[in-house]
Amino acid sequence: MKMLINVPETVVPDALRGIAAAHPDLTVDVEHRIIMRKGAPFEGKVGLVSGGGSGHEPLHGGFVGRGMLDAACPGEVFTSPVPDQMARAAAAVDSGAGVLFIVKNYTGDVLNFDMAAELAEDEGVQIAKVLVNDDVAVTDSLYTAGRRGTGATLFVEKIAGAAAEEGAPLDRVASLARQVNEASRSFGVALTACSTPAKGGPTFDLPDGELELGIGIHGEPGRERRAMMTSGEIADFSVDAILEDMRPDAPVLALVNGMGATPLLELYGFAAEVHRVLAERKVAVARTLVGNYVTSLDMAGCSVTLCQVDEELLRLWDAPVATPGLRWGY
Amino acid sequence: MNALPPDGPPIDAAFLRRWLDAATAAIDREAPVLTELDSAIGDADHGTNMRRGFTAAHTAVEQEPPDTPGGVLVAVGRQLISSVGGASGPLYGTLLRRAGKRLGDEPVVGAAQLRDALRAGVEGVGQLGGAAAGDKTMLDALLPALEALSGALDAGGGTAEAFAAAATAADEGAQATIPLRARKGRASYLGERSIGHQDPGATSSALLITAFADTAREAGA
Repeated sequence: MKMLINVPETVVPDALRGIAAAHPDLTVDVEHRIIMRKGAPFEGKVGLVSGGGSGHEPLHGGFVGRGMLDAACPGEVFTSPVPDQMARAAAAVDSGAGVLFIVKNYTGDVLNFDMAAELAEDEGVQIAKVLVNDDVAVTDSLYTAGRRGTGATLFVEKIAGAAAEEGAPLDRVASLARQVNEASRSFGVALTACSTPAKGGPTFDLPDGELELGIGIHGEPGRERRAMMTSGEIADFSVDAILEDMRPDAPVLALVNGMGATPLLELYGFAAEVHRVLAERKVAVARTLVGNYVTSLDMAGCSVTLCQVDEELLRLWDAPVATPGLRWGY
Repeated sequence: MNALPPDGPPIDAAFLRRWLDAATAAIDREAPVLTELDSAIGDADHGTNMRRGFTAAHTAVEQEPPDTPGGVLVAVGRQLISSVGGASGPLYGTLLRRAGKRLGDEPVVGAAQLRDALRAGVEGVGQLGGAAAGDKTMLDALLPALEALSGALDAGGGTAEAFAAAATAADEGAQATIPLRARKGRASYLGERSIGHQDPGATSSALLITAFADTAREAGA
């Protein structure tokens, strides 16, 4: 498989050097693998630190900036970062108001962020944590590692980031982040497998005429394989999977997310189908975001995330943000 | 009371460094296999991550060799936590760090002490990851290995013999994960579809136990 890389071993640091070159308002520590908002820590402001395996760009590094994250810690491709990264990032962005760790619910991320919290607390940094676990495709959570964190991560980082920017204290930022997570559900579909640089080829076989329902964002196969469906059928299936789990009684934010290799032309067509299904199911949509935000390398496919919002969450969603991946209002 | 084993090799820092040599070589050699197993039920990086971790650990121990067996294990564990990432980093790091701490500062330990230390490490893995036997994880190789190691030592077997039994049990344990349904880690998301594949973590655990057996055998225990 052809890839635009030098060697697989340096994919992450190579990208970090590119982020540094392209975004002068970010501070990039290539050696310790931290992307930070320039000027951090900001007096009186709660610091927001996230991180996770690479391969999901723009998540998380692309969401560092005013109104969102203070720092992001990228791991190797699809591998959680190590505790030293988050502990170092927390110390660097802490103004004394404490730091919120935003952690996607994967065993590796949870363990490494837990260890990082211990290290940071030893250094006198107050840490709060929020786990993102929005993926309804994982049904038997009691007998597994639990639901995965996927698209809702963007909602959590944006809304918690807006609250922190306004000067909300750590416990308030953390409780808002948890509220957003609890109000969010996602479902994802793959049309192709993705290829990791280390493997050099697809991480699973998905024949031409089939699609994989209920995928995560790490190239792991989903729960069910079916004959290829139309965009409308995929929207019906995905939205219904979410609505079986959460019946919104307020308007929703809708993230229509591309997995990396699906053209925006197709993704907007899919967004129209998602809106059609939501209208049929009598779910009001407050805002819609369409694009490649929580990706899985070169996977073709999409995910839908719905987040039920009240006026306060919607106000924080609409608040200004200036990051490489998400930017409005400033 | 354990009978004293027949004259075994001294389990000192040099022994543990030879184990690290063997473990690093085995992980390096088998990395493609581990990654292939991981691509079936995970995310296709277990071999790459373990190779990066053991290479880093090997380099660190070469540069600043600890002078006790416990020190070597602690140093390797710490390096794995700092360089592997994923779940494997904290889990393998905890396994070896706990074991090393249990050995304390003693310059030379016996096989039974090493066994007790490894048991403490395995218990640490269970606590951290929350997995139990049969969940299709590294514990499915480590737990039978400990049992075989204990059984052989209690029966008066020598170090090499006991670790050889442990290695066999770990291998069998790893193979026995094939029909299991994963209940922990990323493979658990596959539900029924995790059945029919050997667990990559159990497989790498078996490599580390086998490295102990090889080290003890070559030491002429």
